[in-house]
Amino acid sequence: MASCTICLPALMMLVLDLNTVESVWPLPQKLAISEERYPLSPTHFNFYYGEDQASIMTDCSLLDSAFTRYFPLIFPDLTSGNGVLPSTEEKAFSLVVTMNQKDCDGYPNEGSSERYQLNVSAGQAVLNSDTVWGALRGLETFSQLVQQDEDGTYFINKTEIEDFPSFQYRGILLDTSRHFLPLKAILNTLDAMAYSKFNVFHWHIVDDPSFPYQSRTFPDLSSKGAYHPMSHIYTQSDVRRVLTHARLRGIRVIPEFDSPGHTQSWGKGQPNLLTPCYKGSSPSGKFGPINPASALSYTFMSQFLKEVTSVFPDPYLHLGGDEVNFSCWQSNPDVRAFMQKMGFGRDYTKLESFYMENIVNITSNLNKTSIVWQDVFDYHERIPKDTILHIWKGLPAQYKAEMSRMTKAGHRVLLGAPWYINHIAYGQDWRISYNVQPLNFPGTEEQKKLVIGGEVSMWGEYVDATNLSPRLWPRACAAAERLWSDESQTRSAEAAFPRLQAFRCSLLRRGVRAEPLSPGHCRDEYRGI
Amino acid sequence: MLPFAIVSLLVTVSQGCGRHSGDPDTAVESSYGSLWPLPQEVRFSSLSLKIRGSSFQIWDADESSAGPSCSLLKNAYRRYYEYMFPNERTKGHTNGFADPSELSQLHVWITSSDSECDGYPVVTSDESYELSVNQTYAVLKAPKVWGALRGLETFSQLLYEDEYGARNINLTEISDFPRFQHRGVLLDTSRHFLPIKVILANLEAMAMNKFNVFHWHIVDDPSFPYLSRTFPQLSQMGAYHPYTHVYTPADVKMIIEFARLRGIRVVPEFDTPGHTQSWGKGQKDLLTPCYSGPTPSGTFGPVNPILNTTYDFMNLLFKEISAVFPDPYVHLGGDEVDFKCWKSNPDITKFMEQHSFGEDYSKLESFYIQKLLDIVTSTQKGYMIWQEVFDNGVKLKPDTLIHVWKGNQQQYQNEMAKITLSGYKTFLSTPWYLNRISYGQDWTSLYRADPHNFTGTDEQKKLVIGGEACMWGEYVDSTNLMPRMWPRASAVGERLWSAKDVTDVNDAYSRLSKHRCRMVERGIQAQSLFSSFCRHEYKGI
Repeated sequence: MASCTICLPALMMLVLDLNTVESVWPLPQKLAISEERYPLSPTHFNFYYGEDQASIMTDCSLLDSAFTRYFPLIFPDLTSGNGVLPSTEEKAFSLVVTMNQKDCDGYPNEGSSERYQLNVSAGQAVLNSDTVWGALRGLETFSQLVQQDEDGTYFINKTEIEDFPSFQYRGILLDTSRHFLPLKAILNTLDAMAYSKFNVFHWHIVDDPSFPYQSRTFPDLSSKGAYHPMSHIYTQSDVRRVLTHARLRGIRVIPEFDSPGHTQSWGKGQPNLLTPCYKGSSPSGKFGPINPASALSYTFMSQFLKEVTSVFPDPYLHLGGDEVNFSCWQSNPDVRAFMQKMGFGRDYTKLESFYMENIVNITSNLNKTSIVWQDVFDYHERIPKDTILHIWKGLPAQYKAEMSRMTKAGHRVLLGAPWYINHIAYGQDWRISYNVQPLNFPGTEEQKKLVIGGEVSMWGEYVDATNLSPRLWPRACAAAERLWSDESQTRSAEAAFPRLQAFRCSLLRRGVRAEPLSPGHCRDEYRGI
Repeated sequence: MLPFAIVSLLVTVSQGCGRHSGDPDTAVESSYGSLWPLPQEVRFSSLSLKIRGSSFQIWDADESSAGPSCSLLKNAYRRYYEYMFPNERTKGHTNGFADPSELSQLHVWITSSDSECDGYPVVTSDESYELSVNQTYAVLKAPKVWGALRGLETFSQLLYEDEYGARNINLTEISDFPRFQHRGVLLDTSRHFLPIKVILANLEAMAMNKFNVFHWHIVDDPSFPYLSRTFPQLSQMGAYHPYTHVYTPADVKMIIEFARLRGIRVVPEFDTPGHTQSWGKGQKDLLTPCYSGPTPSGTFGPVNPILNTTYDFMNLLFKEISAVFPDPYVHLGGDEVDFKCWKSNPDITKFMEQHSFGEDYSKLESFYIQKLLDIVTSTQKGYMIWQEVFDNGVKLKPDTLIHVWKGNQQQYQNEMAKITLSGYKTFLSTPWYLNRISYGQDWTSLYRADPHNFTGTDEQKKLVIGGEACMWGEYVDSTNLMPRMWPRASAVGERLWSAKDVTDVNDAYSRLSKHRCRMVERGIQAQSLFSSFCRHEYKGI
């Protein structure tokens, strides 16, 4: 211990730094932390349901498993023996959870309240929420409030929090077609999403390069279209595992089955689905987008989407509709004949609109809300009002103008354009993500209300399990705060920086391979390789 | 003897990575399979043999000068056996009779009388080898163990899987040697501490890419993780954490041995007089006190070059370093010295006057470096320095190695010309700062850079000993080091090993995609070049 005369000053500085930082990420809407602090001991800590709740909450397995999950997150050194030093001040501490609604068994959806209140005082913290989803968010916040002092003793400051998300839709897109992502990588991403209060996993599950979704109805799609029919697929039980893992963390899973473009891999297992391209008067052997001139295409899509909507419980379904290349359609005589018959002239955007309208109708007949990429709106303003439009293109000036146009037309809008974080650059590019202002576009208050949220995209051209986590975390955290927190309190990336650094270290401690933001260190570095 | 010819090897399945639709340039299948870096001479026969883990063995050839006591080779045999047959459960044995369709033995023959088995690799080490895969057995001939290590890697790269998962190897003749002697990778363990595990994994990946120098930029401004026996307070006060974020003498020793077993030199860098903020925490009066007007500002600048105590300290420290690190070279840094603090300090101003340096602080820097070089020379080490030391006209020993890192292409090529014209040896890093990332396939520009591309005579070109891929640590730690490094550093690896005319990017893409899948299969977190898959994906998270 003699040597500690040397090391103490350094350690104390570190701990003090952490203490002076408001350590919750994303920043709660209303947060008051006072100097007064209470020690916590893992051996004298309990989760309780509020007294009047005990009867109705006896079988809330969702919260029970959240308690199990959060206990070691709150007391990370439990297994190493540190931090369990008996303290003379040791007192029991409990976290009491009360909820206004008792539904524990459902899935989160767009209407789910995530609001919660958390009051930490001597011996007790009270967590109050409307729903179990709000309770999950409050638990996460609570776990971030618990810190360790220089002796490893856990403590929490007296705190009052009232919190709710600024945007109801806070998503992350993973692309499992350009590279297959093993289930483990997806589940780990869901964990990290919960730590940053993301609530939608947009699963861009299939695309041109591969079709890893194993369909019950059309097994050839993956057996012929996946990179490998046995090892590079998501079976139905894999999908259920993702859904369950996400639900337990209050995360919605919205699958995307992008069509009519981005479907090269579909064609391998589903003959006659894609448009045969022509070279002069004969087929070239290549294929283009789904054939919109063939009735078979719609029959297939109805059957397939019927399966999809029964597998994925979320009320939303992403239908894609982006980047359709018209040259193959133009080359095909049957498609040209169809154009003529429909009176579309030479305007292939009309043909795409025709296709999308059919797919959107199929989807609404299955009682699902459609999300489509902005291209569909750009081509065709006459799409059903309840269709959600996903913006992905352009510089700020362009996407802001697009948001104005879309919301003016009465559509709900989802902002993805500024958060394509598969695009990497040297240095602290998280600041750019952080400075995005989703509501800063010309429009009325009513229009602004139509912005349901935003999404971080991690497209897969250069990303697989080897580099997904460090590319995603903590860079995605910038958008997480922008979408959850009050913009007026979180304008400065500079002010957020130390808090984000602390959060990044806690991600590491929780097993998320989050990359560094600047030179420095974490007490617990990433232990894997 | 079968007639050998350069034929197209149609490796139809193996490690996958075949689909990259919409990118026709990359849809080329290389006739060299998955070889990386490409050997100097390869002749394939279309005739293939089966190779099975249950019967395959690697032996010392009877004539080999490295006997059963050469544990470096024994370790390598085991390592490559496990790389080649990761799932093999049956015990290796030969069944006594030779099946002509199966390759069951690799004989490793060290041909020179001194195998160098127990030595350390040095810049002049012979890494050449000849590999011949014949019916029933293969022979790997190398003058030294270092060549045998390179040849084993090449041999392991000749294996490919057929559609039934069985392993095959074609009859092959390879004659190989490196184009450049110095093929390095720099890791920076000061800006972020890198756990031992990551450093070792990186050494493994280096061996897979035939790199032979680990340039360990071990300390810098942010932290001093090197635990010095002579000056323990340097890491006690200067490391991020005095116990969890340090490299103990045992750690360093283990890393050096791990590297040696893979034919990799460990060259430590103790960068001075700048980049030394962390040194000042544990070593009083080492750094220059900066002044704000007539009073010390409380901040510190580079090493204080005017005190005798500075040189006493350096003398002891470098004595220790020269004992701890066996390599005949040490990297002394010497880059980016900020003169502001020196200028502010009245004692230094006086010293400048006494020595008639005028206002030229590079003369003061030279003064310091000169004394440091004398100290290092007295420890019997050669030295490498960053280019500024040369640029500032410091007198150098003729065998000094000058490390080029600055400028754009034109500038670094001029610098190489200038250095070699002065008769110094040099190696290049400017185009290979891998910490700088951008979207897309930036490995192609790494691949196109060539250390010989400057205007100069053949004699000048001979003075270029190689290059180094640098991974500076501002934004890199154990979470993202490996995928950021690999396979991007592989591009540098081939440039430094293979013949000058190996420049076909499409051919390289095909081989490198497979090579990266092989690295992934061996547990290296090498990221993907583009949309594609590996038969065995990375299993971690």
